[in-house]
Amino acid sequence: MTQPTDNSIIKVEDLTMAYDNFVVQRDLTFDIKPQDIFIIMGGSGCGKSTLLKHFIGLKEPAAGRVLFRSDEAIGQDGSEYVDFWQTQDSKRQALMQRCGVLYQSGALWSSMTLAENIALPLGEFTDLSPSDIKHLASLKLALVGLSGFEDYYPSEISGGMRKRAGLARALALEPELLFLDEPSAGLDPISARMLDDLILQLRDNLGCTFVVVTHELASIFAIGNNSVFLDADSKTMLTTGNPNDLVSNCESETVRNFLTRGEGG
Amino acid sequence: MSGSQYQIKNDGDAGQLRLSGRWTINCDSQVADSILNDFRQEPFGTIDGGSIEAWDSSLVSLLLRLDQEAQQRDLSLKFQAFPQGVLELLKLARTVPEREGSGKNKEEQSFLSFLGDKAITDYREAISFFCFLGESVKSFYRLLRGRARFRATDLRDILSDTGPEALPIVTLISVLVGIILAFVGAVQLKQFGAEIYVADLVGIAMVREMGCMMTGIIMAGRTGAAFAARIGTMQVNEEIDAYRTLGISPMDFLVLPRIIALVIMMPLLCLYANVLGILGGAVISIGAMGLSFTEYWQQTLNAVDMTDISLGLIKAFIFGIVIAITGCMNGMHSGRSASAVGDAATSAVVAGVVFIIVIDGLFAIITSLLGI
Repeated sequence: MTQPTDNSIIKVEDLTMAYDNFVVQRDLTFDIKPQDIFIIMGGSGCGKSTLLKHFIGLKEPAAGRVLFRSDEAIGQDGSEYVDFWQTQDSKRQALMQRCGVLYQSGALWSSMTLAENIALPLGEFTDLSPSDIKHLASLKLALVGLSGFEDYYPSEISGGMRKRAGLARALALEPELLFLDEPSAGLDPISARMLDDLILQLRDNLGCTFVVVTHELASIFAIGNNSVFLDADSKTMLTTGNPNDLVSNCESETVRNFLTRGEGG
Repeated sequence: MSGSQYQIKNDGDAGQLRLSGRWTINCDSQVADSILNDFRQEPFGTIDGGSIEAWDSSLVSLLLRLDQEAQQRDLSLKFQAFPQGVLELLKLARTVPEREGSGKNKEEQSFLSFLGDKAITDYREAISFFCFLGESVKSFYRLLRGRARFRATDLRDILSDTGPEALPIVTLISVLVGIILAFVGAVQLKQFGAEIYVADLVGIAMVREMGCMMTGIIMAGRTGAAFAARIGTMQVNEEIDAYRTLGISPMDFLVLPRIIALVIMMPLLCLYANVLGILGGAVISIGAMGLSFTEYWQQTLNAVDMTDISLGLIKAFIFGIVIAITGCMNGMHSGRSASAVGDAATSAVVAGVVFIIVIDGLFAIITSLLGI
C-alpha cells in the first residue's frame, strides 16, 4: 500500500466507530498535521469523545485505520506510518508514550498529591533521579499556574485547577501529541480563556500538536486551525478544515449553524 | 378560588372545550385524565383557554397530550385565546422531534428470552472471571521477573488497611464464635459427663473451619467491598484510563498490591482468630463448667495438631486470593455511575462469600476422603 507523501502526524482512514451493533460514526477520513490545534467538534452525543478514545488506545475501531507517523516505521512497506490498532502491543505502547491525555474530569489519581501525579509517569519511564523528578514536577505545575500546590490532593482543589493539573500531568513526558477532552467544559469564561492561551503558548513554545474535543465556540475560533465536524444525525463527518474558514465557506448548513449558534449562515 | 374546571360544548360538527379556573400542578390531576377520555370518545375541534386564571406546565402537558392524540387520529385541534406563554411552551415542546431510535425498547421480555439473556451474561461473566485470573497470574509473573511496578507506599497502606485495622472486628467475632462453640458443646457433652472434650471441639472447629472461614467472611465484607468501591470509583473518574494511556498496567499497579497484601494478611489474621477463638472457649469452660485453665490448655494441645493448623492456614491463603480477586475484578469491570459502583461492591461481597463457603465445602469433602 502506498501512502501519499505529506507530513501529517496522524491519518484517519475510513474509520467506523461502534459500540457492539450501535454505529456511532462511520467513514471518517481526515489528517492532522504537526503543530495543528485540531478541533473535534459536533453536537452533544455525536461521538467526539469516542473518536478521541480511538487515538489513545482505549477503543478499537470497528473498521478503518488510525495511522500514526513514526520514524521507526520506515522499511516495513516503505511507509512511515504505523497502523495504531494493528501493530504489536509494544509498538502501540511506545506510540502512546508520545501522547499526553487530559481527560474530561481531569482524572488525576486521587490517592496521590499533584506532584506525585506528575512524578509517577516520570518515575516509570525515565531514569531521572528522584530530586530531578521533583523539580520537573514543580516546573510542570508552575507552567500551568499551580506552583505551590505540589502537596495538595486532587480533592482539595477546584475543578478548574484540577483541569490545569491534568494538563500538567499530560505534559509530564514531553509529548509531541496532546489530546484534550473538553478542556474548558465547566470552567468560567476567564479560566477557559486562560486555558486557551496556555494551549497556544505550549504549542508555540514546545511545538506540540493538540487534538481538542470541544464545543465551546469561543475556544474553537481562538485556538483551532484545523477541525473535523461530526454529525449525530447522518452519523458521519460533514467537513474538515480551519473553523475560521468553515464559518463562512462551508457548504453544509449544519456546520455553519453550529459555528454561528444558529444565527447566521 | 376554584380548581380546574372544564366544559364541553357541542355546536355543530366540531365540539369546543372551554377551560377555566386554575390549572396548576397542585390541582386535581384526575380532571386531565377525564378530559383525555372525553376526547377519545368524542373528539372536539377547538380548545378555548380564555378564562384560565392560573397555569403552569401541567396545563402545557395536558395540551401536548391532547395534540398528540389528535395527530394520531389525523384530527386538527385549534387552540383559542390561550395565554401567549402557553402557546410558546407548546411550540418549544414540539420543535425538536423525538430522535428516531432514541426511545428505549420497553418491550416485555418473555420468560425464555430472559432465561437466555441471563445464561449468556452469566457465561460471559464466568469467562471474564477466568480472564481476570489469567491476567493476575501474568501480572504476578511480571513481578517475579522484576518487571511489574507499583508504589511501595500503596502496598504499605493496603497492608495496614487489611491487617492491623481489621483486628478489632476479627477479635470480636472470633471470641464470640469460640464462646458459641463452647456453649453448644457444653450442653451436649454434659449429658455424658464429658465436659473436658469441649476443648477438643472448640480447638478443632476453630483451627480447621471457623477461624479461616470467619476471617474470610469478615474480610470479604470489609476489604473486598472496599477494593471494589475504590477501584470502581477510579473507573468512574477515568483514573484507570489515565493509567492505561500512560502505559502503566492497572493490573500491576492496583490489583497486584491488593492480592499480595491479602495473601500475606489472611493467614496471619486466621492464626490470630484461632487463638482468640480458643481463648473464648476457655473462658466459658473455666467460668461456667469449672475446668481449670491448665486442663483446658493441655486438652487443646492434645486435640489440635499441626495438620489441622496448616489446613486452616492453607484455606486462609486461598480465601485471601479469592477475596482480592473478586473485589478487584468487580471494581475493574464496574460501570461508570454511582449505582454501578454500588453494584460492584455488592457483587464483590456476594461472590467472595459464596466462593469462600464453596471452597470450604470442597476442602471438607476432600480432606474427609483423604482421611486428613
